[in-house]
Amino acid sequence: MTIKSHSLRILGFCTPLGLAASLFLAGCGDGSGGGGGGAGDTIKVGEFASLTGKEATFGQSSHNGTQIAVDEINAAGGLAGKKIKLLTEDTQSKAGESQTVVNKLVSRDGVIAVLGEVASSRSMEAAPVCQAAKIPMISPSSTNPKVTETGDYIFRVCFIDPFQGTVMANFAAKDLKAKRVAVFTDAKSDYSKGLAKFFKEQHLKNGGEIVAELDFNGGDSDFNAQLTTIKAAKPEAIFLPGYYTDAAVICIQAKQLGITVPLFGGDGWESEKLVEIGKDAVEGQYFSTHYHPDVGSDKSRQFVAAYKRAYGSAPDAMAALGYDSMMVLADAIKRCGSTDSTKIRDALAATKDYDAVTGKITINAQRDATKAAVIIKVEKGEFKYVETIAP
Amino acid sequence: MTEFLQQILNGLALGAIYALIALGYTMVYGVLRFINFAHSDIFMLGAFSGFYLEKLFARYFASAFPPQSITAAIIIMLLSMAICAALGVAIEYLAYRPLRKRPRLTVLITAIGVSLFIEYTCQHPAVFGPSPQAFPKLLPEQTLNLGGVVMSSNQVVIFVVTGILLVLLTFIVQRTKVGMAMRAVSFNERAAALMGVNVDRIVSFTFALGSALAAAGGILFAIKYQKIEPLMGVQMGLKAFVAAVLGGIGNLPGACLGGLVLGLVESAVGGVARLSTYRDGVAFAFLIAVLLFRPDGLLGKATKEKV
Repeated sequence: MTIKSHSLRILGFCTPLGLAASLFLAGCGDGSGGGGGGAGDTIKVGEFASLTGKEATFGQSSHNGTQIAVDEINAAGGLAGKKIKLLTEDTQSKAGESQTVVNKLVSRDGVIAVLGEVASSRSMEAAPVCQAAKIPMISPSSTNPKVTETGDYIFRVCFIDPFQGTVMANFAAKDLKAKRVAVFTDAKSDYSKGLAKFFKEQHLKNGGEIVAELDFNGGDSDFNAQLTTIKAAKPEAIFLPGYYTDAAVICIQAKQLGITVPLFGGDGWESEKLVEIGKDAVEGQYFSTHYHPDVGSDKSRQFVAAYKRAYGSAPDAMAALGYDSMMVLADAIKRCGSTDSTKIRDALAATKDYDAVTGKITINAQRDATKAAVIIKVEKGEFKYVETIAP
Repeated sequence: MTEFLQQILNGLALGAIYALIALGYTMVYGVLRFINFAHSDIFMLGAFSGFYLEKLFARYFASAFPPQSITAAIIIMLLSMAICAALGVAIEYLAYRPLRKRPRLTVLITAIGVSLFIEYTCQHPAVFGPSPQAFPKLLPEQTLNLGGVVMSSNQVVIFVVTGILLVLLTFIVQRTKVGMAMRAVSFNERAAALMGVNVDRIVSFTFALGSALAAAGGILFAIKYQKIEPLMGVQMGLKAFVAAVLGGIGNLPGACLGGLVLGLVESAVGGVARLSTYRDGVAFAFLIAVLLFRPDGLLGKATKEKV
């Protein structure tokens, strides 16, 4: 009775409110039209990011990068004489929030395009809203293939998990020389499940063996039970495709349980919080990501300098991709010379060899970018570049 | 076999923290017959008090109490318990006391309100902010290897502290005058008042005691898991509540037993591939199964409903 009332308060209050809000907003949108963002002397671009919560550093980095791009474009006179106005909404790293805030951006604010999110689950939540309103959406760093499968208005400027999973499986085989690998997946995250699946496929193809497969719920605190089972299976390495908060806590508990084999993951690990929470437990672990400030083109060096001037620290991959997402959009608007959503969409789809911070971006038929991945090792609390793996 | 023993140890370590929180739920229920939902947030506030006190100590009292020393850890823990005891008393005074003569449902809903108020206030960037924080190491950590079964020294600390607090609590409730008064209020509030027991003061004391236990639980949790956030109490609180009901709500040893049993069930299920994500579900199903056969929990006494 009492448990019921405690959880009912969530179901009972939030769902109708959220539903009502989205219905109301969707209703507004029909009247005002989606293309109003280009009218006047500004171009409105929407952004949704996890500025707070469990994946806060992702959203903040991504937003900082995007903001630098907007500032650069505006300082150079804007696009076709119009300044860009970035409208940013916080998703609080929560399920359900993305749809609400993107609805607001699209329907009430009338943005011409939407940039976001880092986490695949949240991008997949917002994508149908943008697709239905025919507003182009560019995800800076969601890697689950399903994100752009929603429809022809959904793009991304990063690689996808089949590639990342393959890279990590090859890395496990060649560099870690690990045949017996355990996989520990976040059952709540589409990103984690997708990456685990593609890793397993390639690992088995490489002649490897999956000795244990366990799940956790992202946000839990106790992983000892699963890790004990993993330890008993005697793996040579543990693949942990998750986000940094969980990854840090899992590394701590693995260390406490006396697990000495390396743990490695994907781009979800890249955050200073990984080191802050995980401390010595994440030392010597590996992950793959999109970009490292130490290696890259002139464009990358300029971006690193601008980012350091603005925020006093080197950018991470999420920041670089945030910057690229805005720049790719600006490039498309320049090429089509219009703020009409359909024309922008067509121009985005035709993006070819665009020289971005994270490498050359060509949008393929699935509206994904084909790009190289970098492998990073945690060393003395810093992210050290190991190698670049081309697609 | 080592794996089995390790899982039992994991379960007991998790259960010990559930037990500490469950004691607070069960004690307030025993005295006032209502569930203090804000208890799980006191647990969180205890961890955050420890977090900020540690910073304070490292900055101003590093010479007298060096960081990661046992004295510093004990003082931080006691101070956090005192802070939370005061908060618990304040919550009771401001939110529950004015409603004590109202129907119990009113107080229950108020408790949920207080809980949400604390959770969302603390998530504001000006308070703690919603992002997880790394909890500093209060004690140097060592790994103990007992013939293949691995145990962190922090785990030992959790068992010892939980054990001490349990004995202390039992002593207070069973052997002291104030404990006798608590039991009297629990038995019959009006009769106790007629016998000269200051009910308000006893209720305040109950809240102080329960909140101090929650704070201790919060710090032990933070020492073990090294990550704290404003919503950390939600899941733990719900589990501890289940533990309290499982053991028989209102019954102190029952809360401990419930906590340990729940921890063991979760560890057993969590270690099985393909079942690991269902461990919360299995834990709740276990509660339902127990309540079907023993509606008053494992150690609860059957009570007749007064009409």
